[in-house]
Amino acid sequence: MSVRSKVVSMRDAIARYVHDGDTVVIEGFTHLICFAAGHEIIRQQRRNLTLCRLTPDLIYDQMIAAGCARKLVFSWAGNPGAGSLHAFRRAAEGKGQPLELEEYSHFGMVARLSAGAARLPFWTLRNYMGTDLSAANPQIRSVSCPYTGETLATVPALNPDLTIVHAQRADADGNAQIWGLLGVQKEAAFASRHVIVVVEELVDESVIRADPNRTAIPGLIVDAVVVEPWGAHPSYAQGYYDRDNQFYVGWERISRDPAALDRYLAEFVFGVENRAEYVEKNGGLERLRAAERICAGVNYGF
Amino acid sequence: MELSYTPAEMMTAVAARELRDGEVVFVGIGLPNLACNLARATHAPNLVLIYESGAVGAVPERLPVSIGDPALVTGSLMVCSMADVFQSLLQNGRIEVGFLGGAQIDRYGNINTTVVGDYVRPKVRLPGSGGAAEIAIHARRTVVIARLERRGFPEAVDFVTSPGLRSKGRTRRELGMPGAGPTRVVTDKGILEADPTDGELVLSAVYPNVDISEVTANVGWSLRCKSRLHPVEPPSERELYLLREVLDPQRLYLKG
Repeated sequence: MSVRSKVVSMRDAIARYVHDGDTVVIEGFTHLICFAAGHEIIRQQRRNLTLCRLTPDLIYDQMIAAGCARKLVFSWAGNPGAGSLHAFRRAAEGKGQPLELEEYSHFGMVARLSAGAARLPFWTLRNYMGTDLSAANPQIRSVSCPYTGETLATVPALNPDLTIVHAQRADADGNAQIWGLLGVQKEAAFASRHVIVVVEELVDESVIRADPNRTAIPGLIVDAVVVEPWGAHPSYAQGYYDRDNQFYVGWERISRDPAALDRYLAEFVFGVENRAEYVEKNGGLERLRAAERICAGVNYGF
Repeated sequence: MELSYTPAEMMTAVAARELRDGEVVFVGIGLPNLACNLARATHAPNLVLIYESGAVGAVPERLPVSIGDPALVTGSLMVCSMADVFQSLLQNGRIEVGFLGGAQIDRYGNINTTVVGDYVRPKVRLPGSGGAAEIAIHARRTVVIARLERRGFPEAVDFVTSPGLRSKGRTRRELGMPGAGPTRVVTDKGILEADPTDGELVLSAVYPNVDISEVTANVGWSLRCKSRLHPVEPPSERELYLLREVLDPQRLYLKG
């Protein structure tokens, strides 16, 4: 039985599902960060977005620099292994465009999305005692456990308008399979009103059905599927391509200088029509192609 | 023959020795990552490395550049979601050692990785907590690694990101924290240890060829010394070989 295909272009997916003022999550912890979607949002010049991610990473640094963001909700805003996110820092240090910050720890962000996915108003966690985080963020509160009387920290549900998840593969209905680091993508997708799945490869439904334990996001919560090979570069896709660590290290120099950052955006984001042109402009990315480490399958028989 | 080595190499080697073989370690970003992988390559081959990215029992074939490196996945025992990491492993009490770095560390081992200066109008905006706040609260003990410099070791941190042994005058027990907190702070000049009676960090070791005054001059409070400072072996030839040739040949972590 075949279902209606949800496959659309990145341009159409962003035009349809991202509106000025929306709360948007592009998740993926180091792994599978959908730069292709972020770049399209920049190209379509969306404004006043509330951008949420555990680790804003280079993609939100670029979106902040491009003027897309009104507010950032996050838990660790650095350039992993390489330095700072300078567009973010300029804003946070009062030297750039104003940017509202709402800050948690990773556990807090995970808990917010878990509550959102379960459609609960908040989530409890044993955390934040002795820290200044709850004083800095009045959204971090507490509740007395009705069973033990213990005081537990709470964080409010996060229910974004849109979550964008990059996956290795999906079928045309959006049943998406992810392997390698799973981050908080599943919770983010379930918490969201709309979901765009972006994939390295579009596969037949039979491929999904052959290995159902690998499906992180079921098609029934997905609105659109975009096929975008290399769409996570300079982050990575396990089994497809490695992280472009050179790019991450080089971002320090680019993002430190607002003019250099503008030139980067002009050339690699506004200066290309789509992802394929981006890949070509980067001289192809074959140097990052993953080596093979194939695992044995399992028996799903009964 | 006396080997020459840098303070950063010494600090990393000493930090690695803090880990016992077979322990379950939650590995933080930066130097902790390097130290944990050095420990695994030397005296602690059965160390269970857990990264907040969800890799459990990671055996990276190259030094992970970030804590989400693909090499953490290949060959690991388990890859789980971050909800599992924080709820079912960390909050569940399964982490024996938390390994953290920090921009500022104070008299009671409170760590600041959030801001220098005022929170709303910071002089320097740092990355923030990541998983550090909850690691500092839940790990059964925490080892902290940081270069010893005056601005990095104030009497009190500008912002408590990860709570130490006493925060705002209250002890960990009073605050209801499950773990023991930062029992050791490994620096590039010596080792600080928490005084079990009041939680204050005191000097417990200085490295070879380092004068005590170099330590005390770089700490923002009047640092007490333990009555007997224990000796610390310099990095071995093997430790230096691993650090320089195998683990960090590009000097990503060992710069300076």
